[in-house]
Amino acid sequence: MKIIIGQGSCGIASGAKKTEAEFKRLLKEKKLDAAVTIAGCIGSCYLEPIVDIINDDGSASRYVHMTADKVEAVVNKHIIGKIPVTKYLISEAGSAFLTKQTRIALKNCGEINPEDINDYITAGGYQALKKALFEMNGDAICREIEKAGLRGRGGGGFPTGKKWVQVRSQQEPVKYVVCNGDEGDPGAFMDRSVMEGDPHKMLEGMIIAGIATGAQVGYIYVRAEYPLAVHRLQIAIAQAEESGYLGENILDSGFSFSIRINLGAGAFVCGEGSALTASIEGLRGMPRVKPPRTVEQGLFGKPTVLNNVETFAHVSYIITHGAEGYRKIGIEKSPGTKAFALTGNVNNTGLIEVPMGTTLRTVIFEIGGGVKNGKGFKAVQIGGPSGGCLTEKHLDMSLDFDSLSKAGAMIGSGGLVVMDEDTCMVGIAKYFMNFTEHESCGKCVPCREGTHVMNGILDDIVNGRGDMGQIDMLMELADTITNTALCGLGKTAASPVVSTINEFKEEYIAHVVDKYCPNGSCKGLKRVEIIEELCKGCAKCQVVCPVNAITGKRKEPYKIDWAKCIKCGLCLDSCNFSAIVEK
Amino acid sequence: MTKTQKYMKINGEQVPFTNEKNILSVVRKVGIDLPTLCYYSELSVYGSCRMCMVEDQKGNIITSCSTPPKNGMEIRTNTPRLKQYRKTILRLYLASHSRECTTCPKNTSCKLQDLAIRYGIDEIKFDKTEKAYKNDYKIDHSSTSITRNPNKCIQCGDCVRMCNETQNVGAIDFALRGYELKVCPAFDMPLAETECVNCGQCAAVCPTGAITVKDDVPAIWKAIFDDKKRVVAQVAPAVRVALGEEFGLGDGENVMPRIVAAMRKLGFDEVYDSSFTADLTVIEETNEFLNKLEKGEKLPLFTSCCPAWVKYAEEKHPELMSQVSTCKSPQQMFGSLIKAYDKERNEKDGKETVVVSIMPCTAKKAEASREEFVTGGTHDVDMVLTTNGLADMIYESGIVFKELEPEALDMPFGMYTGAGLLFGVTGGVTEAVIRKVIKDKSHTNINNIKFCGVRGMEGIKEFELPLEDGETILKIAVVSGLGNVEKLIEKMNAGEAFYHFIEVMACPGGCVGGAGQPFGLMDKKKLRADMLYASDKQTQMRHSDENPILPELYNGVLKGRTHELLHVHYPTHE
Repeated sequence: MKIIIGQGSCGIASGAKKTEAEFKRLLKEKKLDAAVTIAGCIGSCYLEPIVDIINDDGSASRYVHMTADKVEAVVNKHIIGKIPVTKYLISEAGSAFLTKQTRIALKNCGEINPEDINDYITAGGYQALKKALFEMNGDAICREIEKAGLRGRGGGGFPTGKKWVQVRSQQEPVKYVVCNGDEGDPGAFMDRSVMEGDPHKMLEGMIIAGIATGAQVGYIYVRAEYPLAVHRLQIAIAQAEESGYLGENILDSGFSFSIRINLGAGAFVCGEGSALTASIEGLRGMPRVKPPRTVEQGLFGKPTVLNNVETFAHVSYIITHGAEGYRKIGIEKSPGTKAFALTGNVNNTGLIEVPMGTTLRTVIFEIGGGVKNGKGFKAVQIGGPSGGCLTEKHLDMSLDFDSLSKAGAMIGSGGLVVMDEDTCMVGIAKYFMNFTEHESCGKCVPCREGTHVMNGILDDIVNGRGDMGQIDMLMELADTITNTALCGLGKTAASPVVSTINEFKEEYIAHVVDKYCPNGSCKGLKRVEIIEELCKGCAKCQVVCPVNAITGKRKEPYKIDWAKCIKCGLCLDSCNFSAIVEK
Repeated sequence: MTKTQKYMKINGEQVPFTNEKNILSVVRKVGIDLPTLCYYSELSVYGSCRMCMVEDQKGNIITSCSTPPKNGMEIRTNTPRLKQYRKTILRLYLASHSRECTTCPKNTSCKLQDLAIRYGIDEIKFDKTEKAYKNDYKIDHSSTSITRNPNKCIQCGDCVRMCNETQNVGAIDFALRGYELKVCPAFDMPLAETECVNCGQCAAVCPTGAITVKDDVPAIWKAIFDDKKRVVAQVAPAVRVALGEEFGLGDGENVMPRIVAAMRKLGFDEVYDSSFTADLTVIEETNEFLNKLEKGEKLPLFTSCCPAWVKYAEEKHPELMSQVSTCKSPQQMFGSLIKAYDKERNEKDGKETVVVSIMPCTAKKAEASREEFVTGGTHDVDMVLTTNGLADMIYESGIVFKELEPEALDMPFGMYTGAGLLFGVTGGVTEAVIRKVIKDKSHTNINNIKFCGVRGMEGIKEFELPLEDGETILKIAVVSGLGNVEKLIEKMNAGEAFYHFIEVMACPGGCVGGAGQPFGLMDKKKLRADMLYASDKQTQMRHSDENPILPELYNGVLKGRTHELLHVHYPTHE
């Protein structure tokens, strides 16, 4: 009997470590023979902690929300009594979340022990590397990746094979393979999941990229906010070296490849290629002008293959199954699968992987289980701060690189934030603009000053200081920033604002003309009112008001001067008669 | 040539190009001045201002500074979109920029102001939000040479690249990010407490008033108007070939006689020439060099005329300080000499000598304020004014420079040889020393020195000079730009090179390119250098030993005091 406890960051945050300790304690106490092991995140973050019990006959039971307090019941009934505790088992809907997916990058996540290379090898790992080393050459690998039509999963969707061919063709003895693990989009965590749950798959992809392009050194750039990922990568690198899959003369093939880990300090802009390589070199993480491109002069001025974690995690599948096998999944121009991080007002939050071309409706309503609390669907923000929002009319649109960019959004790294009918779209635009403003490196003026001014305007709008002219100004700035910024961060910075203005202009107008937030979520536009009928004229609110906005006569209803009110809420708390309300 | 000839279309016009490094150069070649705020051909391409963008045939907006021209390419430099974007960008700049233009030292010479005028920015628009920029950065006055006003910084990074790439000093860099991005020394320390060498090249390339050269003009006026003060000025060699540019005279024209006339009109009591003490430096430094050579002491000997280089060596290579010449720079020799010389006079007429230097340089200000150059409580050189500062005084006093009648320098310290004059250009000190070292001092032989490799505006010049004894071959290097000296030191440390003598000037091209001069790129600096060489050729006396005043001094005020008056021991010398 084997007990697998999901220990991605999400599982640990939900208490998986305590669950594990409790299992171990009880097994020892009751002198039971069962192996306890760990796995990464299976994707159903909303069900964590998740525990899989593999019975001796090979069948498996999946327990969800397995906090430590439930362990004793499971040990007594299932481990000792061999009868699963039905009430803790995953529901049918929970299982459906997984069965409706097609997994390539996330295939092993949550299944294998990421800290044991043998688990990966048993699951078919490093077979692709062997094939690449002994049955193919660099040209053949590049050709296969090109034929497979693999496109960069980091956002741009650039053909990976083309990139590899370009690096391969550079006449320069020293080349690098760099893996971008600087996942910075708020709401995206598929790269973390791969690094935490199946690190060898990514390493294997990087080594194959090394064979394909002639590079002998790889760098993984991981944000320091992912300590568990770093820890597991370190273990994986050490184990791969020990087993001969990495290092000098890999599997006696004559090919050598080493991988180093570099920690990023969490700047979003370091996900941009040239900023990332600058950061590895110890310089300020600022993008530089191109040309030369990274494939020509990347890390340390040498030709560099730069792909993100998820892209590398597709490589071994393509090598093993061939381009044709890979192309069976997904659609013509965007083959394969894509991982999405499903968050926001959706029932089933977590990581999913579906074939490219799956519709938004399938993702949100079938896999995601629909909008939370039975509310209506309003929009989904796709691609994080660089993407745009999609609405009801886009629900049957195919999720792939080209359809999304046509709709003014982008796959980005695959963050999907679902918003229900109560969400204020101006507030959403403000949230993302605030993010980009603070993550701008500050190098080029359209992005540095433009995002600052746009955020300032949005701040005015959500606080009731806006006017119609400012909406035009937002569009003018968006046009300039999009067309003139130096790097991808700047070029896409205005997307959330543009797409919300295009789709929800009436909400902007309500904010600037009526000084009213239709969804009631902009605090700055809320008004504190005294309900005359309920006010007893006790003057308590007048006493607490720090700005003397409340006036009146004792024993008569008091009044609030909205021009003076700073919406601090002190009066709300002070009223004993619930006569003061926020509207 | 015809083989590599390629063509691109600029605004519909076929334009040939060959090996231009970017579209910008091709566009400027055909007479279109594309606007830039962060581009200098002599610094690396940065691409932050986005003003130089052009539109290609597909409607893509590309920055011309960072894109190489391609055969068959079609671009437009002035389309409705480009105009709109440039205006929006300028408005964004201005929204976060201090707009105290009328009181700004860069008023009328500010690139941002210039572009705002060119693009007719009559309204900024973006400065109305509650979060809009507030003019509240602290101004850094700590340095003796330059003022940093971050409120006027447009983050173009020109200064950062100059300080780091060209000068290898690294006193300033970017800190923070996004709209909080700013240029400052590490930990935002006052500039005076950093490794800044005061070369001022950051100020020279700053397009706005964010980094400006300090010139204390009011203090000089005060001294001039004080009857108790004898205001004695020295004018450095490089000043005379640059000041004319400011007043619409030809680039590089030697306007020394007009400078003398102007300074007399301004009220300076005596106007002398630093070329005179340059001659003294040649004598002292050559003796020091030959002495070291003879005794087999550790070489190379580094020159010490450039205070930015001295500070650089102190900061980055204290181990080399014992090989830096103990000679004071011509400026400081002048200060201590004149004050010793005037002692008697001052006692007689009850006046106090105030020494004002007119320098192409900002580091000279820091040098004059060093405690090694304080004698009896007063500075040997009281005040240092840059070439641009002198122009300001001339403007202020209403003197029409162009119309001045030439006047001659005062004597005796207005006497100089052509060798002293050469100090204004990279290689000049070395050439002057060579003139003293060689035994055959015929005009032909002196003229022929220029063929040895000492001249030219290259950052590093290395050459060998066989001495007439038939045995010694001197290995000499001449560098300008502190980044280049670092390359040389690395080479020496790696054992790849050995030199007997190294001349170092911090500013690329030497003092003609000093940060106190009107701004010019290398081609302009070369014109100035050419004029100094031409003026040298016209002098009767070509080597420093010929200066007739020197023997008199060595037998007079300098007798027994050469060490005290002409040499210095920096604490780092030991």
